[in-house]
Amino acid sequence: MSIKIIDILDKKFKDSINFSENQNSLFIDDPSKWDKISKFLHQNKDLKFDYLMCLSGYDLTDNKLGVAYNLYSTSLKHYLEVRIEVESEIEIPSVANLWRTANWHEREAYDLLGIKFTDHPELKRILLPEDWEGHPLKKDYETPDFYNGMPVPKDKSYWE
Amino acid sequence: MFKIIDKSIISADEMVLNMGPQHPSTHGVLRLKIITDGEIVSKVEPIIGYLHRCFEKHCESLSYEQIVPFTDRCDYLASMHMSHSYSMAVEKLLDLELPERVEYIRVIVAELQRIASHLIAVGVFGLDVGAITPFTWTLRDRERILDLFEMLCGARLLYNYVWPGGVSHDLPPKFIEETHKFLDYFLPQIDEYNQILSTNKIFIERSADVGVLPLEVGINYGVTGPTLRGSGSTFDLRKDEPYSVYNKFDFDVPVGEGLMGTVGDCWDRYYVKVLEMKESAKIIRQALDSIPKGDVHEVLPKKIRPPKGEVYSRYESARGDVGFYIRSAGKNMPDRLKMRSPAYCNLSVLNEISAGWMMSDVIAVLGSLDIVLGEIDR
Repeated sequence: MSIKIIDILDKKFKDSINFSENQNSLFIDDPSKWDKISKFLHQNKDLKFDYLMCLSGYDLTDNKLGVAYNLYSTSLKHYLEVRIEVESEIEIPSVANLWRTANWHEREAYDLLGIKFTDHPELKRILLPEDWEGHPLKKDYETPDFYNGMPVPKDKSYWE
Repeated sequence: MFKIIDKSIISADEMVLNMGPQHPSTHGVLRLKIITDGEIVSKVEPIIGYLHRCFEKHCESLSYEQIVPFTDRCDYLASMHMSHSYSMAVEKLLDLELPERVEYIRVIVAELQRIASHLIAVGVFGLDVGAITPFTWTLRDRERILDLFEMLCGARLLYNYVWPGGVSHDLPPKFIEETHKFLDYFLPQIDEYNQILSTNKIFIERSADVGVLPLEVGINYGVTGPTLRGSGSTFDLRKDEPYSVYNKFDFDVPVGEGLMGTVGDCWDRYYVKVLEMKESAKIIRQALDSIPKGDVHEVLPKKIRPPKGEVYSRYESARGDVGFYIRSAGKNMPDRLKMRSPAYCNLSVLNEISAGWMMSDVIAVLGSLDIVLGEIDR
């Protein structure tokens, strides 16, 4: 991340953002601010982050979840990683109407990790069936014994 | 585009039509829920997940070396690209500097793989819109690349060739000559594809001006690779953020120009792939001529145990921008691994560009997006 981006963001959102030690990523403590910051990142003419490359959810255990947004500007060719780490009950504002690629990525994060996004157009499962229980990428997830009455294969005895 | 001016004259209800999950033109197990108004499509909802193999969950219980064969099976038409992109992410995490010969070999196999993958894309797109012969021709030529890969590592489709820190084998004797021989044979073939398919009247009627993807919409949806370049963007990671040794080679980035219709239509997305094959051949020739000597196992780590941290690495695969986001907790297994799949984002734009077209055009648009379900569902 270039120093210029840090300067611009520091000036505008001094109280609500932190930078990681190696200055590679930007942390947002209060997720309710993300709505405003994301709009700024997308529209400011010195930043122009028009391309959301990746949105990855992760489990930090101890009831904490995180989301990492990897942003890129196709015109100015610079890069930024934004991270939001919250308690698992807290909802994160959706960015699906800014970067429409976030629509499916947020659905995936909800599906696999149970992260909830407010104002998402259609927050439902995407990779797993709609009636699946639990969110598999959580560290405390336990595979169910049955799915719709069918045994879930867990070891070799199911298929050998 | 087709528009019905007054609906009350025709008075037809909308109909929901399921296409898939088993359908020859969906390129795998993809289900499309299509809401149609007669022959005209008003909404397409792709329903994915039929090939979900819990790749990311598996990675959390596998060591870094063991993940490589799993990445191969994500995009099974461009396995080399997947293992290369994954290896690059791990090397970034380990802060590893590779011998030059390894980088050259990786570029050569990656570009051969790009040709092989584009050959499938080009042939299958022809098949989707009704041209059967070009598909057999492209498969015939792809077979020669698979022969080269077989010579290289013994496998034809899923290679496990690129490893974090190196490659599994050095180039076999005669590989360089055989590759030159293949390129001599292959380049004139591209002109034949153009004669039989690209400039074919029926093919142009089916693909030109159909499913136009405007550039801003494409970027907003995260569309990358040849699909975005068909809309006139020059965004190519090999040029914009050169990784490996791509900055040493001289090549162009073909973009869609709207030769047969509008910029960003299906024909442009198709033709960009044809031109990219020529550029890949150019890169391979340069790499073969200047490949340095060295040991490919020189820096291969015995045990991979990266320090605590996280990394996001990007790679230009045959389908677009592949990203690997890896969080390491300092163990020999990743704490979290997320793959940013290019075809996943490319598919999400389908509703945007096929609404308002005829049913048969949805097949053409889907074919031009060049999706691989293994990579979408992971």
